[in-house]
Amino acid sequence: MTRYARYFFAASVASCLMAGFARADKPADPAAVSSDDGKYFDKDGRPTFKVDKDGKVDFYSYIGYVRYTANCMHCHGPDGLGSTYAPSLVNSLKSLDYADVMTIVANGKKDVSESSQLVMPSFGENKNIMCYIDAIYIYLRGRSDGAIPRGRPGEHEAKPKDFSETEDSCMG
Amino acid sequence: MSRTFLNGLLTTGALLSSVLIAPGVMAQDPQGAGKEWTTPAGSLSGQRFSTLNQITAENANKLQVAWTFSTGVLRGHEGQPLVIGDVMYVHAPFPNTVFALDLNNDGKILWKYEPKQDPNVIPVMCCDTVNRGVAYGDGKIFLHQADTTLVALDAKTGAVVWSVKTDDPAKGATGTDAPLVVKDKVYVGVSGGEFGVRGWLAAYDVKDGKQVWRGYSMGPDSDTLIQPGKTTNLDKPVAANSSEQSWQGDQWKIGGGATWGWKSYDPQTNLIFYGSGNPSTWNSKQRPGDNKYSMTIWARDADTGAVKWLYQMTPHDQWDYDGVNEMVLVDQEIDGKPRHLLVHFDRNGFGYTLDRDSGELLVAAKYDPAVNWASKVDLDPKSETYGRPDVLPQYSTEHNGEDVNTTNICPAALGTKDEQPSAFSPETGLFYVPTNHVCMDYEPFRVAYTAGQPYVGATLSMYPPKGDTNMGNFIAWDARTGKIVWSDPEQFSVWSGALATSGGVVFYGTLEGYLKAVDAKTGKELYRFKTPSGIIGNVITYEHAGRQYVAVLSGVGGWAGIGLAAGLTDPHAGLGAVGGYAALNQYTSLGGTLTVFALPQN
Repeated sequence: MTRYARYFFAASVASCLMAGFARADKPADPAAVSSDDGKYFDKDGRPTFKVDKDGKVDFYSYIGYVRYTANCMHCHGPDGLGSTYAPSLVNSLKSLDYADVMTIVANGKKDVSESSQLVMPSFGENKNIMCYIDAIYIYLRGRSDGAIPRGRPGEHEAKPKDFSETEDSCMG
Repeated sequence: MSRTFLNGLLTTGALLSSVLIAPGVMAQDPQGAGKEWTTPAGSLSGQRFSTLNQITAENANKLQVAWTFSTGVLRGHEGQPLVIGDVMYVHAPFPNTVFALDLNNDGKILWKYEPKQDPNVIPVMCCDTVNRGVAYGDGKIFLHQADTTLVALDAKTGAVVWSVKTDDPAKGATGTDAPLVVKDKVYVGVSGGEFGVRGWLAAYDVKDGKQVWRGYSMGPDSDTLIQPGKTTNLDKPVAANSSEQSWQGDQWKIGGGATWGWKSYDPQTNLIFYGSGNPSTWNSKQRPGDNKYSMTIWARDADTGAVKWLYQMTPHDQWDYDGVNEMVLVDQEIDGKPRHLLVHFDRNGFGYTLDRDSGELLVAAKYDPAVNWASKVDLDPKSETYGRPDVLPQYSTEHNGEDVNTTNICPAALGTKDEQPSAFSPETGLFYVPTNHVCMDYEPFRVAYTAGQPYVGATLSMYPPKGDTNMGNFIAWDARTGKIVWSDPEQFSVWSGALATSGGVVFYGTLEGYLKAVDAKTGKELYRFKTPSGIIGNVITYEHAGRQYVAVLSGVGGWAGIGLAAGLTDPHAGLGAVGGYAALNQYTSLGGTLTVFALPQN
């Protein structure tokens, strides 16, 4: 893992470990209880979405949509709905928690047998994904919860003040 | 690499003798297929036309399923089988199984080839693990595997005669194209435009797999095999190192221009024709210049690879309008003059008609009225912008900039047509074209390159043009005038290659899984049958024991399996709009079946 990926991955796992790493059979309550510079967290400290009553989404959900659609849609279909050869993440995130998702994205996943040839590559070295992985997770969590509808989110909160700086240092 | 014989079969000498392949059968007929279907497009001209005429517009409604065969693979089945003598060769997506079926014995399996390939190649295949079919020549079946192994199989036994590696999947290069065999050479190209590969077309010796030449889509003239001063671009000689100079620095090294489409050949001029794909990345701001020679029609000398002429259709692409679609070679009259034509239906929505001997541009017209990104292609030879599209700024993702969502661009990135090949009937003089009727929003942004990782750099969403609900049309096109003659709307994109026949019947498949027969003159539907899965394969026909058959592979997948599986929504429908457009997964499911049709026997 390169520096940026290690940074993001380590940060992600650490926040989960601190939160007690509860592997949920049903999705944990996604309600945002705290925020830090435009990024929202649930009661266990995991990143989460925020959608207000007019449908306005947090900035991370919006960027998550953009980056998901550029990098993940080619297999997992538009709006996380799956394709003929990759599962629907709207469904998968009903049973996978934040740490599971981070592990799969960083390391990849294989299900190859006589009847199945599903292979997801390791994206641990891919800045286009790892620099935005929390945003992608937040967006998909919102899709899975049903809070974020299909398509491009309409209104979104303003870009957090340190977002561009963090983005630039990660993308290099 | 392993090869599986079905033992019981091959130990039976009597059986073997009944399926011996006629020696020296090789299609060099540029016009049409007859009883056999020996090249991917039926003939080297790419016409997908058959002279068979038992099935006619009068009796096509009586067609029945004659037999079926399952490939055992549940992925997108593009491409088509071949029929050589009494044997049909059927291929499958990854793991790229090839079967030889005995037509004298109810399609019994004569041999089966199943390569062992590293499954890590699967995720570097953009958009499903498709393969577009095998080629035949010199008693061998040629297959370009996903892992870029080009393998030659003994057509009688399936034994591997030779195999060579054409590129490196670790860098995102994969093999999905159908090879083409001409005389003593087999031609292949490469996939990986979304991974920053540098495309190429290469010729290998059919005898031993030695590479004879390789011409890259971009780079110095020594790589592209462009001959400065001799190679022409719209009748003008090309200057030295014109490709390199159209890029910033050494960006051409990861510049894309993949070559996974169909190839065709003209024996009169010994030229091989094909197209190159999109420049990498999809974010055009990151690669200033014309990005030559992505998005280009190529005419190369078949023996040396030297470029006779080329024409870049979409300089500095900003929409992913790959130029890889088929090049169909036909002889027709324009303005009373007999011409040797090359006709190409580009992803960018323009149907191009060129003189294939000189590369002169004769017609460029929209083959879907929805196309809006350019008003026209400049056809004035005296103009500074001769041959270039007149791009409308509001649909230019370059003009609107990074992190800006450009909306309502038609066509979508999958093009007015993707790889699904058209057919031509010399009897009606018309082209039969399976099309997409889909528009998009496109937002480019900065992207970083990592070898073997996706290198895309744009977000897009797709939906039918305003006011329409159909996502496809099957059209008849006159390439002499650039006019649509008739158009049959289809609920989904038509992602199946067409077949034209001398019986006055044209065939194609639909994403719901229908095999359809329509009247070549009017487009009137004559017959439909719903096969086990959506059709993205190409229809062929052949004659065996005096009877005409029509065959097609079903197996939904490919780009269509991503974009349309869950259905499209219209981002501009406004709040409160219900539903969206039809979801393909309500009509069909995964499969991998060959279905063969014939008229009932008296």
